[in-house]
Amino acid sequence: MTYMNKSIVEIHEALKKGEVTSQELVQESLTKSHEIEEKCNAFVTILDEAKGREVTDNLLSGIPYGVKDNYATKGVLSTGSSNTLKDYVPIFDATAVKNLTNAGAIMVNKTALDEFGMGGTGTTAHTGIIRNPWAQDRMCAGSSAGSAAAVAAGCYPYALGSDTGDSIRKPAAYCGIVGYKPTYGLVSRYGLFPYASSLDHCGVLTRSVMDAAIVMDNMKGKDPHDMTSWDSQNVHLQASLNGDVKGKKLCYIKEICDISNYPKATNELKAHLTNFAQTIKICRDLGMIVDEVSIDKNLLAVEPAVYIILSYAEATSNLSNLTGIIFGPRGEGENINAMMKDHRTKGFSPLIKRRFVIGSYVLQKENQEKYFKNAQRVRRLLVDAWKNLFATYDGVILPVGSGPAKHLDGAEDLLSEDTEILEEHLQIGNFGGFPSITIPNGFINNLPVGVNITGNCYDDANVLNIAYALEQKMNYANMIAGEVRK
Amino acid sequence: MNDYEAVIGIEMHCELKSNSKVFSPAPNNFNELANANVHPIDLAFPGILPEVNRKCVQDALKVALVLNCQIPEYLYFDRKNYYYPDLPKGYQITQNTDPIGTNGQIDILVDDKIKTVKIHDIHLEEDSASLSHYFDVSLIDYNRAGVPLLELVTEPCFHSSAEVLAFLEYMRLVYQYCDVSEADLKKGQIRCDANISIRDKGSNTLGTKVEVKNINGFLNIVEAIEYEIKRQSTLKREGRYAEVEQETRRFDEETGTTKRMRSKVDAIDYKYFVEPNIPKFHLDATWIAKIKKTIPMLPLEREKLYAEKYNLTKSEIATIIKDKDIADYFEECLKLDLDAKMASNWLTTQIMGYLNQTNKTIKEIYLTPKRLKELLTLIKEGTISSKQAKEIFKQVLQEEKEIKTFLKAEDSQISDETTLMNLIRDILQNNPNEVKAYLNGRSNLFDFFVGQVMKETRGKANPILTKDILKNLLEEMQ
Repeated sequence: MTYMNKSIVEIHEALKKGEVTSQELVQESLTKSHEIEEKCNAFVTILDEAKGREVTDNLLSGIPYGVKDNYATKGVLSTGSSNTLKDYVPIFDATAVKNLTNAGAIMVNKTALDEFGMGGTGTTAHTGIIRNPWAQDRMCAGSSAGSAAAVAAGCYPYALGSDTGDSIRKPAAYCGIVGYKPTYGLVSRYGLFPYASSLDHCGVLTRSVMDAAIVMDNMKGKDPHDMTSWDSQNVHLQASLNGDVKGKKLCYIKEICDISNYPKATNELKAHLTNFAQTIKICRDLGMIVDEVSIDKNLLAVEPAVYIILSYAEATSNLSNLTGIIFGPRGEGENINAMMKDHRTKGFSPLIKRRFVIGSYVLQKENQEKYFKNAQRVRRLLVDAWKNLFATYDGVILPVGSGPAKHLDGAEDLLSEDTEILEEHLQIGNFGGFPSITIPNGFINNLPVGVNITGNCYDDANVLNIAYALEQKMNYANMIAGEVRK
Repeated sequence: MNDYEAVIGIEMHCELKSNSKVFSPAPNNFNELANANVHPIDLAFPGILPEVNRKCVQDALKVALVLNCQIPEYLYFDRKNYYYPDLPKGYQITQNTDPIGTNGQIDILVDDKIKTVKIHDIHLEEDSASLSHYFDVSLIDYNRAGVPLLELVTEPCFHSSAEVLAFLEYMRLVYQYCDVSEADLKKGQIRCDANISIRDKGSNTLGTKVEVKNINGFLNIVEAIEYEIKRQSTLKREGRYAEVEQETRRFDEETGTTKRMRSKVDAIDYKYFVEPNIPKFHLDATWIAKIKKTIPMLPLEREKLYAEKYNLTKSEIATIIKDKDIADYFEECLKLDLDAKMASNWLTTQIMGYLNQTNKTIKEIYLTPKRLKELLTLIKEGTISSKQAKEIFKQVLQEEKEIKTFLKAEDSQISDETTLMNLIRDILQNNPNEVKAYLNGRSNLFDFFVGQVMKETRGKANPILTKDILKNLLEEMQ
């Protein structure tokens, strides 16, 4: 009998009934961890010493989970998947982790990511390429690649992720699971290694919307250490999932979803968009009103550049603490500047260095107005456009990416121009701090694909409930990698 | 220098007083032990976020109000990005776009004349760690990292080191009066940068600006400014003004000169942008009004008041206001309704003398304003003489016991009217010749009779009462 492939409620009931002990769950999860590590290279650390914990009425008590390695975990190696922190052991827990520990959850491993969350491929971790459990020649997408792979492979019911552009929601789609990034500030970012502070979100990867709601109920909360966190005592996500979505209004954007936007569309993309249309039909069958709306194509076209400018700029500043002086391997050199330079030159991957150069450039006095400030203005325009939709609609529903997981051998940071907005539109959820959830909505060539629903700030319960209703109507909840469903 | 005029602007950094640091819960106090006042936030461990200290914001607002600054509607911070080993995050949280106070002004006294100093802005920021360099190692102490700093930037409105010194000394007092900083120079709580240029007298265009950074101590600032004026003037006079470059220099204490650090060409681009981890905070008008009410009467106001209302001498005033604690002591005396002139006299002579002798502060002194009032009332009521009061003053401070302890019966003044009347009658009877002479117009003999009374009572007769009785008795004889 295995449990780690089940839902949180099922596991909790098994624990309560005494069918299984917390310690046995930890053992199962650890065994599974080693298997997945072998296949997917998903972890930085497997905590073989992890112990079972007391089972209480909290649904998460006694159940193992995974933590992305860019969360600070007290006494446990936390590398951000970077050589600059390859031996770094924090002296404090990230607030989100602390909250889950208080709920009785058991961390069993630290998952690998694109270095410091920068990258959408899962190929830039200092521990090597992370492979998709559905097909090992495919990528998981990133940056929460290890977490997505582990949850999809049945290591445990959930793992923590972080999301600055789409780092939870895209790997979720590529791995056939649920990825939920809540409203900005619902979860404290204290202890999350920053990439771009105004866009960074803590979130979770699960195999069902219900599990996402349960985990978020335990992760969230106002934190004195994070001034951007807010009081969410009145938010009860799990309790809000009633599946009643009759009369809810959704919209999708013509300039992103219509096949005519992509004259060079591959068969995969065609299948993906056809499948999306099918999902829209299911939404309507559920009693929801779904409209096609239009957004200025020019505005959408500059979105990826805006993300690059803002996130790279914040990243150059956020990662300036990595000098090898207080923590991280001390660089060599005749003076302190040479030592810092040596540490950073050796520690960062070329991808990150490229981002630092761009980030620095757009912040320079003579460039700031043209790039950084303009990008901030366009960010505002995009957020306003989405807010405008939210005045009428409960959510925007869009396909995730241009199809199933991409091949690793074709993995490049650069994306083909014509599907760029399809690949990058989830970043708008970060621009606005909107609650945004990806759920699996079908298969293409036996590989899962996903659909995303994004709603207005503070409307997490509504967004999750819509996703929950849709999930119930489809057949992709609680999937484990390998079991292709129709 | 005669043909030239110096134009000087000042950046004054002052550490604020607070329980915890400006963006972290680590304690903000002077600690001998290196790296004792640290929180992970101060060490910039990955994942830390700033927590704004409300008290520091409040104190910064207080000073902004004192400086008559414009206060923004929203408070927010910026990041100033640069790499330096004393800067753990690789950026300093400061205010660049919208400082907590802008376009202010404050009056100061320079050579007894009012000078209005224009304030460009005042902003709240965090201090860096402190570095100590040794022969083969450098050590970093993070106690100072994150200590709240208030940076005050003046317009280039000074024309001499004396004006600058008067301003700095006055601002130091203001910080102390407002109770936002100890403003202790010995603890390095005040550091300054000076921007200095010269131009032909009467000219309206500014010359080439040289910045002298990070000067500790007011005398060093004076010295640095004077050196720069002389250096630039000499070059100008010799026709080599082109050699004055827009650059950053440092003050070398040993030689009393300034040395080049970097030219404008190498100026650092700090790549400022708004700190995303601190949400914009609305500065509520009622909060500001409340803070305004906590501003005490400032030194210059007190100076005017003491001169005009209480008629104190210049030197008395100077002694009282130059130390906030002394000034507060005096204010307390006024509150207790003590005679201002008398209180000032005792404070600036007896009490200050005692403090100087014993190296004590006024806060440690046993003779509180309340006890001083007791003492002065005894004099006023004629219970003791000034001379006796001075004796008692010494004893009270030495033994730290209440005044009444030292009020011995035999020491006390003779203020009983009947006793004095009888005594004076006897004296007048025993000196008939003098009485006669007095009555015949030798009025200066009045002091002779007073002297006789004092001789008889060994100085204990109440002098005022004695004079009154004498006057009455002699008038009766007329």
